[in-house]
Amino acid sequence: MTAVVTTEGLGKRYRTKWALSDCTLSIPAGHVVGLVGPNGAGKTTLLNLATGLLAPSAGTIEVLGGRPAAGPAQLAKVGYLAQDAPVYAGLSVADHLKLGVRLNPGWDADLARDRVTRLDLDPRQKAGSLSGGQRAQLALTMATSKRPELLILDEPVAALDPLARRDFLSDLMETVAEQEVSVVLSSHLISDLERVCDYLIVLIASRVRVAGPVDELLSTHYLLAGPRRDPARLPAGQEVISASHTDVQSTLLVRTADRILDPAWTVSEISLEDLVLAYLSQDKPKRDPHRRQPHLRQRPHLEVQK
Amino acid sequence: MIEFHLSGRSGVAPYLQLIQQVRQALRLGLLREGDQLPKVKDVAAGLAINPNTVLKAYRELEYEGLVAARPGIGTFVTGTLGGGPSLAAHEPLRRDLRRWLAKARTAGLDEESIEALFASTFHESAEEGIA
Repeated sequence: MTAVVTTEGLGKRYRTKWALSDCTLSIPAGHVVGLVGPNGAGKTTLLNLATGLLAPSAGTIEVLGGRPAAGPAQLAKVGYLAQDAPVYAGLSVADHLKLGVRLNPGWDADLARDRVTRLDLDPRQKAGSLSGGQRAQLALTMATSKRPELLILDEPVAALDPLARRDFLSDLMETVAEQEVSVVLSSHLISDLERVCDYLIVLIASRVRVAGPVDELLSTHYLLAGPRRDPARLPAGQEVISASHTDVQSTLLVRTADRILDPAWTVSEISLEDLVLAYLSQDKPKRDPHRRQPHLRQRPHLEVQK
Repeated sequence: MIEFHLSGRSGVAPYLQLIQQVRQALRLGLLREGDQLPKVKDVAAGLAINPNTVLKAYRELEYEGLVAARPGIGTFVTGTLGGGPSLAAHEPLRRDLRRWLAKARTAGLDEESIEALFASTFHESAEEGIA
């Protein structure tokens, strides 16, 4: 498996505070990778380090086999869409495309023009007067028309209304189908990730808590409900991600590569959202020990929009 | 050409939903041999889903011998499911089922009981078929 991003003990310090520390991970090529985690986990810092906008305070990071922003060739390989889809408010849509030609050696002018036409953007309009959705689409046009090998998107749809979000993701998926580009995107919107991502990384406090192909993750996690039982007495190979008990019943979310054979359990499959929430709630102190399904109820730092 | 849709509440993985829809269309005669399936790019854009999900569904269908990919052109239907002779058997079977349903209602079963009885009998006989 080739990697688009590899980090080893990566850290970034602002004065005395570490925004990311001792982060070691590998992001595989050829996927749309979802990066999720609570606020403050270091997602944006990690993405900024990958683009070279930030320099590491500790450790190493390699992107597509090179040092981030090491030179024009490296810059041309990575497309980046920062939070809130920044564009130049005073420049028109056409000006943006002209800028793209001047700044990017591999700029695909035909692709850029086609996209602007297809998106129904008026080339003369100033970017500052575009709607949020149009601005995001223009920013995505800038990032994809340079024909990058890796596209990094930081919370690309967080600020968009549901329709604009859908248009943006549909546009992104079409781009992925056409260009064979690897994508890394961070998001809080797990229901979106479930459709567009085929690989997931859950980052909690700079550490990778779980990572893998989405299909594989979903087929190895189960929700078990049955008579009360000590989780320590489960068969080897069943890792308990979250557990809750009443006086008579136990509800467990387990990870296992094997089938669940014990007939005492009622076994259900789980959604990606349940899976992510279970991992995110793991590190939270439980307020109420009798709460029945903490992983479904506690939603720290998470905004779930359908 | 058929159009795919995805249900977010069914709990069925998206690629399986696509496979089910193709099989359903084959069974109902909406897709016939030689018909083209929607292009991967169009499905990905239309449903805002990962193109790999669509590819996975198409590969699975290809493995089942129902479709074949022609590189650079598209994916085409090559097999059939329950078309032809068995379609003709549908009508008499439907009549029998209607008669059975009428009997069940006369016996005082409500909708849910009828569905439960059908589902459990169906599963029993399917298991016997496997064993």
